[in-house]
Amino acid sequence: MVNALPAQKLPVSKTTDRSWFWNWLGVIPFFIFAIAFLILPSISLFVGSFQDSKGDFTFANLQGLAEQSIVNAYWLSIRVSAVTALGGGLLGFLLAYAITLGGTPRWVRAAITTFSGVASNFAGVPLAFAFIATLGRTGFATVLFRDLFGFNIYSKGFNLYSFYGLSLTYLYFQFPLMVLIMAPALDGLRREWREASENLGASSAQYWRYVALPILLPSLLGTMILLFGNAFGAYATAYALTGGRLNLVTILIGAQMRGDVLHNPGLGYALAFGMVVIMAISIGLYTWLQRRTERWLK
Amino acid sequence: MKRSSLWGWLWVLLGAVYFLLPLYGTFDFSLRAQRGKLSFTAYQSALTDPEFLRTFAFSFRMAVFTIILSILLIVPTAYWVHLRLRRLRPVVEFITLLPFVVPGIILVFGTIKLYSKPITLFGFTLLPALTNTHATTDILLVAGYSVLALPYMYRAVDTGLRTIDVRTLTEAAQSLGAGWGTILWRIILPNLRTALLSGALITFATVIGELTLATFLARPAFGPYLALLGNHKTYEPSALAIISFVITWAAMGVIQYISRGNPSQIAGGR
Repeated sequence: MVNALPAQKLPVSKTTDRSWFWNWLGVIPFFIFAIAFLILPSISLFVGSFQDSKGDFTFANLQGLAEQSIVNAYWLSIRVSAVTALGGGLLGFLLAYAITLGGTPRWVRAAITTFSGVASNFAGVPLAFAFIATLGRTGFATVLFRDLFGFNIYSKGFNLYSFYGLSLTYLYFQFPLMVLIMAPALDGLRREWREASENLGASSAQYWRYVALPILLPSLLGTMILLFGNAFGAYATAYALTGGRLNLVTILIGAQMRGDVLHNPGLGYALAFGMVVIMAISIGLYTWLQRRTERWLK
Repeated sequence: MKRSSLWGWLWVLLGAVYFLLPLYGTFDFSLRAQRGKLSFTAYQSALTDPEFLRTFAFSFRMAVFTIILSILLIVPTAYWVHLRLRRLRPVVEFITLLPFVVPGIILVFGTIKLYSKPITLFGFTLLPALTNTHATTDILLVAGYSVLALPYMYRAVDTGLRTIDVRTLTEAAQSLGAGWGTILWRIILPNLRTALLSGALITFATVIGELTLATFLARPAFGPYLALLGNHKTYEPSALAIISFVITWAAMGVIQYISRGNPSQIAGGR
């Protein structure tokens, strides 16, 4: 970490009384902006979740989070996020492996990386439409399965507008993100480590079990946690896909904003607060694990 | 090596199917507006809808404002942090990570709660309710988008600053008599062209189809229009999804193309 290095003597940073002001002037607009449009709005939700309708202090809103419908919403959000983080993490890792160490040509790597960059940003309404056109009742793949194999996925219990459908849709932006983060990490595995373990008589499986995976583990876990947060905070894709029928936390917050469906604004703020806590834990874990990775890789 | 390459191809193939099938499916669907033959009818009718033009133009404007605001906020900050206020670096980095913790839906929730009422201090109005007029709501929208773009923009600029020798450039400019404004505008900004273009394009791709902030701030943006279209049209949504994909793809393609010219091995500024 740069800030851990001993401070260098910098000719340009000699501070006199006058330049102290100029030193800070460059960063003040940024801090004012961050406080006004990021930190204060978050604090206002935080404060709101401890206030009743008259503005007095209360814990009732947080206790209200134990209501069955709210617990269900959190649970569904957690399940979708966990399944897509695991699935996306696994598929993304294998794909990252394939394009780095898997012996595929260079152009494959270039193509997959570009595509991952696009797909990880291709979320929201258009993504939902793409999946409706592909796996909806009259979607391309649905019809293809029916005509080719005489097999209607909808009569077998599949439904795009359900937990599995949503998870399948989320995977489209989840696993490319994993590819983008894991490919450089896999590049960081040094050839010498492999050679050293082979010289010591290790098999390929032993090399992965005792050398490569332990080094990659913090990065793997960290990125999957990042994917978890990525899915947990998603609103647009779920809304466009299910029209708000699937009871996710983000959908519930949206409904609350539209028309106080919880009949208690404070409960809405508490709902948002609970979500920020979960997001903060996952992003915090991610940053911590990324730092641990940097001991070996990079 | 043979076996591992076979595995590699298998995963690449699986990944490619996952990538391409929904795109192909959407494209195929978008061509079927006329019964029995393939045509671009859906594209024609989607693109000539005056509402499409209006909302797209609106989102385009918001994207441009967002990019300008982000650059104005982030470039001086990142430059200062690189050169003069190294100890602020962790704080600034922490703030640029925060938008991941506060997703769009929470951000807009908090923004509306905070700014839909006048802000008063001891009975004295500091700021009127910003959601009352279109112009001030647009300010909230652009500010919100800039928050969402913060991590990408900061990272792009930070990487850009690492690849140039900020200190030497600054000292050279200073010894030739340049002031801070000149240094930022004529030395640092041109050297950050690639980084800024990457940041700008990713911001553009994010903002142009954004749904959450625009919906709840009730502004006529492209994202909400697209979501609404999905409820009452059949083929046009697919056509617009393909167009959105092409926009995203073009943005990412340009980023990939321009950043190839300056590989990270020139990282001499450290």
